[in-house]
Order: sequence, then structure tokens, then C-alpha cells
Amino acid sequence: MTAALRFDPIRLPPECVKLREEVRAFLAEEIAAGTFDPHQPKREDIDAREFSRRVGAKGWLGMTWPKKYGGHERTFLERYVVTEEMRVANAPTRRFFVADRQSGPVLIKYAPEHIKMEILPRICRGEICFAIGMSEPNSGSDLFAAKTKATKTDGGWLINGTKIWTSSAHIADYMIAIFRTSPSTKENRRHGLTQFLVKMKQPGIQVNPIGQITGQFEFNEVVFTDHFIPDDHVLGEIDGAWKQATSELAYERSGPERFLETYYVLTELVRAVGKNPDTRSAEGIGRLVAQLHTMRRMSVSVAGMLQAGKEPVVEAAIVKDIGTIWEQALPHRVRDLAAFVDADVSNHETLDKQLDFATKTAPKLTIQGGTTEVLRGIIARGLGLR
Amino acid sequence: MAESDNIVAETAEKIFADLADAQTINRDKDGSWKTPLWTALNEAGLPLSWVPEDCNGSGASLADGFSVLSSAGRFAVAVPLAETMLAGWLLAQARIASPEGAMTVAPAGPRDRITLNADGSLTGRARGVPFAKEAAHLAVLAHDGKGWSIALVDAKSCRTDASLNLGGDNSDTVTFNNTKPLTAKPAPKGFDQNTLLLMGCVARSLQIAGALESMLDISVRYSNERVAFEKKISKFQAVQHNLAKLAGEAAAALAAATSAADSIVNATSFDDAVFLEAAAAKIRCAEAAEKGAAIAHQVHGAIGFTIEHILHRYTLRALAWRDDFGNESHWAVELGKMVAARGADELWPLVASR
Ligand SMILES: Cc1cc2nc3c(=O)[nH]c(=O)nc-3n(C[C@H](O)[C@H](O)[C@H](O)COP(=O)(O)OP(=O)(O)OC[C@H]3O[C@@H](n4cnc5c(N)ncnc54)[C@H](O)[C@@H]3O)c2cc1C
Repeated sequence: MTAALRFDPIRLPPECVKLREEVRAFLAEEIAAGTFDPHQPKREDIDAREFSRRVGAKGWLGMTWPKKYGGHERTFLERYVVTEEMRVANAPTRRFFVADRQSGPVLIKYAPEHIKMEILPRICRGEICFAIGMSEPNSGSDLFAAKTKATKTDGGWLINGTKIWTSSAHIADYMIAIFRTSPSTKENRRHGLTQFLVKMKQPGIQVNPIGQITGQFEFNEVVFTDHFIPDDHVLGEIDGAWKQATSELAYERSGPERFLETYYVLTELVRAVGKNPDTRSAEGIGRLVAQLHTMRRMSVSVAGMLQAGKEPVVEAAIVKDIGTIWEQALPHRVRDLAAFVDADVSNHETLDKQLDFATKTAPKLTIQGGTTEVLRGIIARGLGLR
Repeated sequence: MAESDNIVAETAEKIFADLADAQTINRDKDGSWKTPLWTALNEAGLPLSWVPEDCNGSGASLADGFSVLSSAGRFAVAVPLAETMLAGWLLAQARIASPEGAMTVAPAGPRDRITLNADGSLTGRARGVPFAKEAAHLAVLAHDGKGWSIALVDAKSCRTDASLNLGGDNSDTVTFNNTKPLTAKPAPKGFDQNTLLLMGCVARSLQIAGALESMLDISVRYSNERVAFEKKISKFQAVQHNLAKLAGEAAAALAAATSAADSIVNATSFDDAVFLEAAAAKIRCAEAAEKGAAIAHQVHGAIGFTIEHILHRYTLRALAWRDDFGNESHWAVELGKMVAARGADELWPLVASR
């Protein structure tokens, strides 16, 4: 066989059952206390600072990291349970999600020891928020076209240029960014970029919010003007970011957040059709549930492979490709299926509002974190086509 | 893709590689490939994998049998292997010993029901029974008004109207007209027509997933050979993206089918969770068959549309298998009804329990 795709039927181990109950109980308490509304996915008004700390106090941030950094040395599969329960409940995770999923693991791999000791425990306590500074006005899918410059100076680097679409930069304490430290070379156009840890809210950094079609302000333009970064904030090899950028993507790509982003409209549809749906609704719901179940089994399988120390890069890209296309289409499918629902059912207004928001959210799902086209390129490479 | 991880599956894989080569079979106009293949499978005890040794079988585990079916799908095997395995499994539920030779099961769909009459005879019609024409015996699930029974029937004692499915394999109508079975015994408690159909669904899902793996393999290989506009077609981005989508469909089918098989292996009963797994596998694999087969043909251009090319052996069988043991529309309605009956807030707990 040319392709070596594997999706073994990995099951969550028994310890996950108890953990799931704990997470559900915690979320139920938070909902009861009014921290967030599970029926309201649009949640930019919530300052979830205290919620983040409470999640940290539960031991649910940095779950898989070494204890010496404040982590809990639990498995990827346990982390998986926490992530999916939070997502399905529409919990306000934005403040800690990026740090926990992505930034922490990058620091563990590439940051000097004293930085790890300083920052990782704070992530685990839910105290700090991270942003990712990859995209620029003229560098999106083509990461290696990034121009924002880091110029060597005494004891560190001076940064000049602009990052854009930077989610959460307006609330972030840190950003992990790539900057140009050398020109690319003829032989290797990916050469010359270096990964840095940036402390936000410092001189030389201006954050300008950008409105989105949902009405939210989640991402930003970040302008650097002679912003100073000390030498010990370089992450990994100078000019060698291209060697580091790919390995963590498997974590980023295949999690439950890659197909559950608009899940709430499915729950609400099931509520709206009631206990005795007509054939059309039943078939539509049955197909959606079959597709959802399949993606989740694929995603759990990838989490299991990560736990086993494998790097399922192609499998992870497939999960994100199929998952994001599904969650993007979901509001439209639910709209179709809701067309003949009794206008007087009690949750009709909730469903309409949710559909409105999910439909506006949908376009971003196949763009953020690598477009569909980029993902298919990765899969094609894995198949031996390029 | 998934390499075989047990000796039973390895044996099957080796027999298929030696005696079920798609190219050879496709060229063979008089069907002379069939007997050696079936003989080898029988000698290895594979058709009766799921029959305990004291019922005449080889007593392999459910898991081993499922991997044989994945392999059979990868080779688009066109002999009643899956059917004989299912029939043996069904008979074993009532501790009826399996006879030698090919078997199949009836009913093979949700709309047909066979009645066990008071005098012990069977009445009813089963449509779309795979390979009935080639089977010496049928394993039948019948209802007597009170409960389910499992019966072994001599194929000669019922009427079989032959018909072919999309893949050109027999898919026949079997009529029982006061047919006397060779044996009939009560089915175990809780065993009903859905149990049989869901087991059939998982078998077909594994076969479809296997066929999709082969479609991907053949299509990738072809795209790396075929030249157009002075380039290998694999270098065109549109072709690459189509193949990436095919890989996604194959992956989804593989994940859904192996997960469902695994859930049956570990199940103590056919509860809601097993129902979700098996129905979802059939639905998702059928959807994948449609999308995947279309892409495999697209990548091949005209050559893949010829009877001489092997591609249709996989694409048409995968499409045909969608119809067996309840098609995806049927199971989607059933799954949708179950989800609705459990209620909106019970959907996530059900999905997350898997
Ligand atoms: C909601 C949201 C949040 C985001 N958050 C962040 C963040 O926190 N940090 C960050 O750094 N970035 C972030 N991004 C940016 C995101 O990573 C980029 O938008 C994405 O990588 C695509 O880049 P682009 O928008 O410049 O589009 P382009 O790269 O210009 O692409 C435009 C179109 O062309 C296609 N295309 C481009 N190249 C090819 C090719 N080689 N082959 C085929 N098609 C191609 C693309 O697939 C796309 O369809 C966010 C984006 C969104 C929508």
C-alpha cells in the first residue's frame, strides 16, 4: 500500500470516565453561578479571568506537562476529555486555550530552563494568556514570506513590522511569534526566520483590534516599533524556525475543537424536532450524528497515537480537513432540517439566534490555523504526490 | 494501510494475494479463478471463522474474523466469504452446527421478515440476499409471533430468483413457501433482526473501508504514472486535492468501521452504544463509498471506465455493499429516531461514551 494511514480504535481509558464527571460537575456549577450561558456561543463580553484560574486550580491546564513546570503528567487522552467537555458546554476557554494547547508545548521544547520555570507554572494556574504571531499582511498561507524583522542589538533584538489576525493579542500577556533574522537563501526559501517569546503590554508594541463579521473583536493587528526582546527569549535555533514549525501542528490540528465549534446547533435542532421527528428530520439528524461520531473516533485515535509518541501528521491534517468542513456546513444543514419545525416550539428563538451566529462563524473555520487548501497539500505530500 | 496484526488475517491476505488478484480475475472470462480461491479459503477454515470448534468451525475470535473482512474488502473478494462467516455466526448463536460449503443469511434487509409457522415450516420472502444462488445452505432468522428462532435451511428447499448487484455479484430473492428447515432453535434472549442486520452492517462497513483503501492506493499509483501536459498528473494541485479528499473518505470509513467492529468485540449486549457504532459505520462508509468512488474514477479518466481496468471491481462493489443489511438512509432514520427519543441533552453523553 502506498499510503500508511492508521486510525486504530483507541478508547478512552477508565480514568477518563471519572474525570469527565468531574469536568461536567465543575461546568454545571459555573453555569449555575452565571459565569457563562451554555446556549450562548457568542461570548466576547465575558471576562473569563477568574474562570481561567479556577480551571487551573482544578489541574486542567498543562495536564500533560512535567510536574516541575506546574504540569500534572497526565495523558493526552485525559486532556482530550477536558477539552471536549469545555467545548460542548460553550465554556469561555479563549483566555487559556492557546497557551495550553500550543504555546506551552513550544516553550517546553525550545525555551531556556529559567523561562520555563517562570512561565509554565503561570499557564498551569490559568493566570496568563498567549497569542500566536505568524500571519502578516503579506504572509498568510505562505508563512515563509514573513518580513517582520528582528535586528541584533546589545543583549537582544529589536523588532519592527506588523503581525495581523493575531487572536487574543488584545488580552494576551505573551505571544510566540516568528520574525525574520536573515534573508531567505536561494537554496532554502524557508531559511531566516526565528521563533521568539514576546512579552506583550511593553513599549514598542501597539495592538489594534479588528472587527469580524460576527460582530466580535477577537483578532488584531500588532505593530512592532523598535520593540526590544532579550536574547534569552529566542526559542530554538536562530534562522531555523522552519524546522520547528511543523511538529506541534499535530496537536493543534486534530483536537475536538476542530469539529465541535458549531456543535450547539445540532443539540438545539434535536430539541426542536422533539421526541417523534418526521422521517426527513430523523434521517438528517442520523447522518449528522454518524458523521460526528466518526470524526470523534478519528480524533481520539490521533490523540491516542500522540500519547504513544507517534507523529501522525497526515492523520491529524485529515481530521482537521474533514472536521472543519463538517462544522462549517453544520449550520446550513441544521437550517435545512429546521425548515419545517413548528414555529411555536419553545426553543425556536434560541435555535434561530444560534444559527445566525454559527452561520457567521462558519467561514473562518476552514481558514484559521491553515486553510483547507494548505491541509490538502500536507495530505498530498503524505500520499507521496509532491 | 492497516497491516494485518494477526495470523488469521495474514493467512487470508496471503490467499487473496495469491488467488484473488484483481487483474487475473478481471481477465478471466469463465470464472475459473473461483474454485481454487474458495478451496483455499475453506482449507484455511476461514468461512467458518466465527463458528466454535464444537459446531464444526475454526473458532477464531470475532476480532480475527473482522480483520479477515477488512482484507476481503481490500481485495474486493467476490465469493461468499463474508456471507458464510455471518451465517456461521448466526447459527452458532443457537448452537446449530455449520454444514460444509457456502452459506448466506436471510433476511438481509430491514423490510423483509420470515415467519416460523406452528408446524415448524418457514414462510416469507427475503430480497437482496447476497450470493444466495451460490449458497448450499441458508441461515435464517425467523419470528413465530412470540420470539425469534434461528434455522438452517437447505438452499434447494426454497425458491431463489437470481439477480445481480451493481458489482455483478449475486443478490437474489429467496422465497420460503412452507419450507421445512433442517434445524430450527430459539435465538438467544435479546437477539432480534436488528442484531443480525447490525452485524451485517459492520461486515459491509469493513469491506467498503477496505475497498476504499485499495481505491486510494490504485489512484495514487496511477496519478504518479499518467502524464498529461508533459507532467505527471499527480503534480496538478486539483488532482492532489481530489486524492487528499479520497484519503479523507478512506480514513473516515476505516475509522468508523474498525471502531464499530471493536465495539462489537467488546460488547456484552447490542445496546444503544453498539447501535450508534454499527449504524454510524454503515452510514458513514456508504457516504464515503459514493464520494470516494467518484474521485477514484475522476483521477483515472477514461481508462477507469473500461471493463478491462480493475478499478470497477472496487468502486462498484463498494457502492453495491451500501445496499446490504439496510442502506444508509434506513439506518440514518433509525439513528435519528433513537437520538430524538433520548432527547437533546443525551446526545453528547452518548457520543462521548464511545
Ligand atoms: C478567525 C481567525 C483567527 C486567526 N488567528 C490567527 C492567529 O492567532 N495568529 C496568526 O498568526 N494567524 C491567525 N489567523 C490567520 C490565518 O492563519 C490565515 O488567515 C491563514 O493562514 C490564511 O492566510 P491568508 O488569510 O493570508 O490567506 P492567503 O494565504 O492569502 O490565502 C487566500 C486563499 O488562497 C489560497 N491559497 C494560498 N496559497 C495557496 C496554495 N499554495 N495553493 C492553493 N491555494 C492557496 C488559500 O487556501 C485561501 O483560500 C487567523 C485567521 C482567522 C480567520
